[in-house]
Amino acid sequence: MWALTLLVALLVPFMALALLERARPLFDIAPPGRLLLASEWRPLKQEFGFLPFIAGTLWVTLIAMLLATPLSLLCAIYLAEYAPRRLRELVKPPIDLLAGIPSVVYGLWGVLTIVPFIREVVAPWAREALGFLPLMRSDNPTGYSVLAGGIVLGVMVFPVIISTAEEVIRAVPNGLREAALALGATRWQMVKGVVLRRALSGVIAAVVLGFSRAFGETMAVMMVVGNVPQLPRSIFDAGYPLSALIANNYGEMMSIPLYDSALMAAALILLIVVVVFTALARIALIQAIRRAA
Amino acid sequence: MEDTALQIRGLNVAYGDQQVLRDITVDIPARQITAIIGPSGCGKTTLLRSLCRMAELVEGVRVWGQVIFDGKDIYAPQTEVTEVRKRIGLLAQRPFPLPMSIYDNVAYGPRLYGIRQRAVLDEIVERQLRAAGLWDEVKDRLHAPASALSIGQQQRLCLARGLAVEPEVLLCDEVTSALDPLSAQRIESRLLELKANYTIVMVTHVLRQARRMADYVLFLYLGELVEYGPAGEVFNNPRQARTRAYLAGEFY
Repeated sequence: MWALTLLVALLVPFMALALLERARPLFDIAPPGRLLLASEWRPLKQEFGFLPFIAGTLWVTLIAMLLATPLSLLCAIYLAEYAPRRLRELVKPPIDLLAGIPSVVYGLWGVLTIVPFIREVVAPWAREALGFLPLMRSDNPTGYSVLAGGIVLGVMVFPVIISTAEEVIRAVPNGLREAALALGATRWQMVKGVVLRRALSGVIAAVVLGFSRAFGETMAVMMVVGNVPQLPRSIFDAGYPLSALIANNYGEMMSIPLYDSALMAAALILLIVVVVFTALARIALIQAIRRAA
Repeated sequence: MEDTALQIRGLNVAYGDQQVLRDITVDIPARQITAIIGPSGCGKTTLLRSLCRMAELVEGVRVWGQVIFDGKDIYAPQTEVTEVRKRIGLLAQRPFPLPMSIYDNVAYGPRLYGIRQRAVLDEIVERQLRAAGLWDEVKDRLHAPASALSIGQQQRLCLARGLAVEPEVLLCDEVTSALDPLSAQRIESRLLELKANYTIVMVTHVLRQARRMADYVLFLYLGELVEYGPAGEVFNNPRQARTRAYLAGEFY
């Protein structure tokens, strides 16, 4: 049994090593540092700059988290602290169900709803009202954009953050709530100053879980972001996340020299970023727990 | 009888269909210790918690009747619940230190009421930690997490925290039952000192404790008030057969 445990623990290093091995031919022609910061992607000319894909992933993830974090935390707080039990029991199952919907369905929903909505409503409105902001300007008329990816991802992240955060908040002992209320705290003072403080580390963990879900998500994003290898300058620009690059191209155009290595390198970047972020979040979490205790 | 702190008038509490308190009418004297005694499950804690509007926190509970405090019914619709809970403090059976430092625990209540100046808070924290008999043990580590204290110290911290909002009544729900004998004794002697300035109502299932501490005793049985009077009379000359039987240890 310990051997099995060891094997599972070593899975990530093994995967990283295998990816590194396959990506090595690419690193032989250009150092990884330059590949990461280069923005030209022309496989036929042997130019493999990953910056557009990294930027695409970051844009989409950032938009998703900005949308999902405040909304789902408020939702979790309401469900855990304010909603009557009947309502909570009514609402929780559909929220948990959201987490189980295949991502391709989310992608379809994005194509059928979000993309046209951005094209017909959001983008024209932003052009009129907020055109002076570079972030809001765009000449992309399709609606396939990092914003669409971010919205679809945000909705996918909702249930992850809501159900984890709600459980963490409800795990705070009732005696603590009563201690605050007995001193004359209002409900919101009690939630803000005592319950959330106690649950902080768990709430952070819930957000990190959502982040991990968003960062590596492939199918739903790929269907709505437009997949143009460029550096997005506005939320209405199309983007091309790393995961979409791999999924779209692996198995195709493999006759191009080094193409296979380039995709392996992309996978390696994805893996490293997720591992590093998770590790950083864990450290932050440990410190948060230490401070709360 | 001296002045009255709380006039309980026809107080009833029910959880769903199950009525746990029936028509309680009694006067709680000011600056005395009143002990609520009775077998477990007779509604002692519910009665205590209904005196500071904490009983209603349980979902599905109904409370009706009056509790008159300072001339006003705390169950009147226009009453501010937070105001009631500030003026009538509750010390719970088990200590629940808030997830913050010792200092911040005591300062939590005053801060809720807008006290911000450091010097004022410092003074409150020291005075109330002294009143709770904890100051000497924690004065060098006020900013350490409260959870690091022993359970007996935590309970005294909770007492200091409760005193810091300057309540007029202190409700104590079996506050020594989770403590070791020495810590329990410390809390008891603190409460005896505090009675000079506070009206104290305590729930206890330890008869010896009630004998040691109480000035008045209120005997509850199955949600009804059976007997109420000065401690000496109730303990030595109970008028009701059920009180006699309980005091004789015939049921718990």
